[in-house]
Amino acid sequence: MIDQIIFYTLAFIIVAMSLMVILARNAVRSALYLISALLGFAALYIRLQAELLAGVQILVYVGGIMVLFLFVIMLVSVRTMEHQARQTRQWKAAVVIALGVAAELIYLIVRGGSIFVTKQPPDALLTKSQNTQVVGEALYSTYLLPFEIASVLLLVAMIGAVVLAKKKI
Amino acid sequence: MDQYNVASEVFSFLRKNAAYIGPQIHLVMWGMGLLILDFLIPKEKKRLISLFALLGIAAAMVHWYRLYHAGVGRAFFDMISLDSFSLFFQLTVLIAAALTVMMSYRYLDEEGEQHGEYYALILFATSGMMFMVAALDLVTIFVGLELMSISVYVLVGFLRFNLKSNEASLKYFLLGAFSTGVLLYGMSLLYGISGSTNLQVIGYAVSQNPTSPAVVLGMIGMLAGLFFKVAAVPFHMWAPDAYEGAPTSVTAFMSVAVKAAAFAVFFRVLMVSLGSLRDLSTILISVVAILTMTVGNWAAVTQSNIKRLLAYSSISHAGYVLLGLATGSELGIRAGAVYLFLYTFMNLGAWAVVLLLRRRDIPGEQIDDFNGLFFRNPWVAGLMLLFLLSLGGIPPLAGFIAKYYVFAAVIQEYLTAGSKLMLWLAIIAVLNAVVALYYYVKIVVAMFMKELSEPAELSFSVGNTITLIITAAATIILGIYPNVVIRFAEVAALPLL
Repeated sequence: MIDQIIFYTLAFIIVAMSLMVILARNAVRSALYLISALLGFAALYIRLQAELLAGVQILVYVGGIMVLFLFVIMLVSVRTMEHQARQTRQWKAAVVIALGVAAELIYLIVRGGSIFVTKQPPDALLTKSQNTQVVGEALYSTYLLPFEIASVLLLVAMIGAVVLAKKKI
Repeated sequence: MDQYNVASEVFSFLRKNAAYIGPQIHLVMWGMGLLILDFLIPKEKKRLISLFALLGIAAAMVHWYRLYHAGVGRAFFDMISLDSFSLFFQLTVLIAAALTVMMSYRYLDEEGEQHGEYYALILFATSGMMFMVAALDLVTIFVGLELMSISVYVLVGFLRFNLKSNEASLKYFLLGAFSTGVLLYGMSLLYGISGSTNLQVIGYAVSQNPTSPAVVLGMIGMLAGLFFKVAAVPFHMWAPDAYEGAPTSVTAFMSVAVKAAAFAVFFRVLMVSLGSLRDLSTILISVVAILTMTVGNWAAVTQSNIKRLLAYSSISHAGYVLLGLATGSELGIRAGAVYLFLYTFMNLGAWAVVLLLRRRDIPGEQIDDFNGLFFRNPWVAGLMLLFLLSLGGIPPLAGFIAKYYVFAAVIQEYLTAGSKLMLWLAIIAVLNAVVALYYYVKIVVAMFMKELSEPAELSFSVGNTITLIITAAATIILGIYPNVVIRFAEVAALPLL
């Protein structure tokens, strides 16, 4: 019972904040609403006893990515954006597609939701609540190779940023 | 266990597993070496770096050859599977990378953008492709795909002071990021129903529940993402702009290597994970294949820019490979693999000729720039004729074998399964091959029958001469003796069945 109350409260906060992200006129406000929505997700993760995921969510999304967003927003003029038309000419098509996707998702949840594998975490994991350790072990054993490829990926992204942005290389 | 034992166990694990990704390790190491080398080499000798890049690819090829003989296996907890299918496509992308590096350096001189980063990014992209084609796990597929994509986004925008190149890069990046999102969406649904990222486990979970909307939506998400990567209609909007704006050598690389790698993933995911949805996927892919061939060919007819024309032509060629995918049969996989392998040579050859036309102050990107090429250099005009006829599918060139094999796969599927859809696919494909000839011949007419308009010398180099010789020889020899490739592809198809 209490679980459900917590879940629905969080879900409501997330949905409301996500709506505000696209409804707010000022881009800085949108970004701040997005932070609230992301914090809501972090709280959901904690409720699922995935503390590491919650921590990563806050560090990476709220910390890193949002700072980048705000940087970019500050670089463009917020004032002029407020006076621009809010909808482009494509809004009708966008509404149709969005409703289509929504209908599809609702159909999916109603009809096919039951086939998702819901793995109960092993008891040992819950009592010790050391899922950080478990994630670490998975990362350095099963997922060692993708982990290493990701490091090359970051190197490439860094080179790319330098190549594209620097006047003289 | 004491620490010494742990260390030695880790060491032996790495030694055993890392052997399977040897070529990729070579490419990444050489790529990083090139970045350092870039500092040490004076500006006027920068083109030497291309030589070292070529050495890196050669080292990777040697390692590939050793793996080819040492046998197959799985490594890193089933993250990658080095089987004959992976080996086939790894060779394809390695060849494409080597040819691209060879024909690039003179072009980069002409553009005034000779930097070591270019070659390093080609090497990184190639290693990403090699991971992708060998991946047996959604996570590995994804990071390999991203390694390739991010390298290529940067390469597309490599002419930094050219607005078109910047625009192309940004468009490709934004749409690419969007399509990656769709792909991930499909992946997450498939993960949700199986509880695993392993392709085979997903395949089992899908076969237990093939009609569930979650499975179908997951498949559609994955297909849409992959359709985008291979530039199939209606997900092709980015391709002409990106191909036109990108440095021509990068366009050549994209049109063969990126496509081959994405198709390899497509084949593996479709056969291993989504095999039990064959009925639905066949219909979806057939419709997309028809659209891709038709739209690609008809749009190419009206182009006056050679890069756009070849971009649309490459879209339509993707349609033919999709035919092989649509059949989902053993012959279909073989046909697709053969097509991509042969296409690498003939298409890179055509692009190498386009690169020759890029001279200082002359973009050389219009069909009019081909006017009278025969009177300036009959050899080059003859080679271009060869590549164009091969792309058009004229026997006895390689392109004919490629098309013939795909048609054979479709017709065989029609005869065994008796579906009318396959018959229509074959008819439309043949009609499209006729349309394609029209715009290829348009270039031929310009080369042989019009007055020479541009007297400037062609920009030859040792590298692009060798590229032309290799691609032309492969186009002719593999057209007459296709057995080597066909036998190689026969073995390659086996792991997917």
